[in-house]
Amino acid sequence: MTEPELVTLTEAQKKARRSRSVAIGVGLAVLVVIFYVTTIIKFVPSFLNGAS
Amino acid sequence: MALAEKNILNDGGIRMSEATAGDFIALLKPRVMSLVVFTAIVGLVAAPVSINPFIAVVAILAIAIGAGASGALNMWYDADIDRVMTRTIKRPVPSGRVLPGEALAFGLVLSVLSVMTIGLVVNWLSAALLAFTIFFYAVVYTMWLKRWTPQNIVIGGAAGAFPPMIGWAAATDSIGLESIILFLIIFLWTPPHFWALALFKSGDYERAGIPMMPNVAGEASTRRQIFAYSLLVAPVGALPWFLGYTTPFYGIVSILLGIGFVWYALQVLRMPDSDRAMKPAKGLFGYSLLYLSVIFAAYLADSIIERALAVPGV
Repeated sequence: MTEPELVTLTEAQKKARRSRSVAIGVGLAVLVVIFYVTTIIKFVPSFLNGAS
Repeated sequence: MALAEKNILNDGGIRMSEATAGDFIALLKPRVMSLVVFTAIVGLVAAPVSINPFIAVVAILAIAIGAGASGALNMWYDADIDRVMTRTIKRPVPSGRVLPGEALAFGLVLSVLSVMTIGLVVNWLSAALLAFTIFFYAVVYTMWLKRWTPQNIVIGGAAGAFPPMIGWAAATDSIGLESIILFLIIFLWTPPHFWALALFKSGDYERAGIPMMPNVAGEASTRRQIFAYSLLVAPVGALPWFLGYTTPFYGIVSILLGIGFVWYALQVLRMPDSDRAMKPAKGLFGYSLLYLSVIFAAYLADSIIERALAVPGV
């Protein structure tokens, strides 16, 4: 079985990929925080009202 | 190293991207986005309903991302004409930093994300308005009107006018007359703003084959139409005060700004055909940006002051 031919990224490509990866990570983290906090804001008051 | 990154580039295969996060941010048209965010904030704050601050921030963020997504779709579709205009030649797609397919995918993903987020977190009326705005800008304006009619920015201007209405809808889950007036201010402001630009950039638009008003109807006709629109913008800008929505503070500011707008438009109307420097057109373009920013800032300040005065003991 022959070894697949792999690419070696240039420094510019590595740097660009890293910046894209960081941006995607930050974007996903923001989305998680948005839905987490929204859930608390929307559901906790009604939960407390129902419990009282 | 992943097999997907196998380099067959030299054989005409996979291309390794050198696009940075900054290039993708540039696809969102940050300068346009800042105006969208500002006018959306005004619509949201002016609404007579208080909204949870976190939900308000999410609403503005979603509107900003939605506006950016439509910008990315616009840059994907318009890459061919952006390539021949000096104003747009350095954009990420025509300069080759981002591939057209990447811009398209980026725009589509962000469109869906922004609409879903504002719908799930805020309300579905604002989501529907945001979705319509993205569709209107990317499809109705970019793909249809822009290359077809000199009325492109007159009708297409609606896309830029929706954000305050979306902000209002985010807070109230309704569309009030006040938000329609905010829409109208931007809608009527758009033609004189862009036609002033088109006057001194007509060569660019002509090269790209875009039927802007100066290229189709001529400069004299465009100057007359700019002046006619300025006569509409000025009173509509002051309409919120006439209808009793604001204090005299906004009324005075909007009337003074409106007089300034008509004055600048009058200088454009008087501009001779031989004037190639087109200083009056450049002056009106700059003033129109100032006009919109200040009139919305005044509206925002007025809403905050009015609310503070309405609170007993303040």
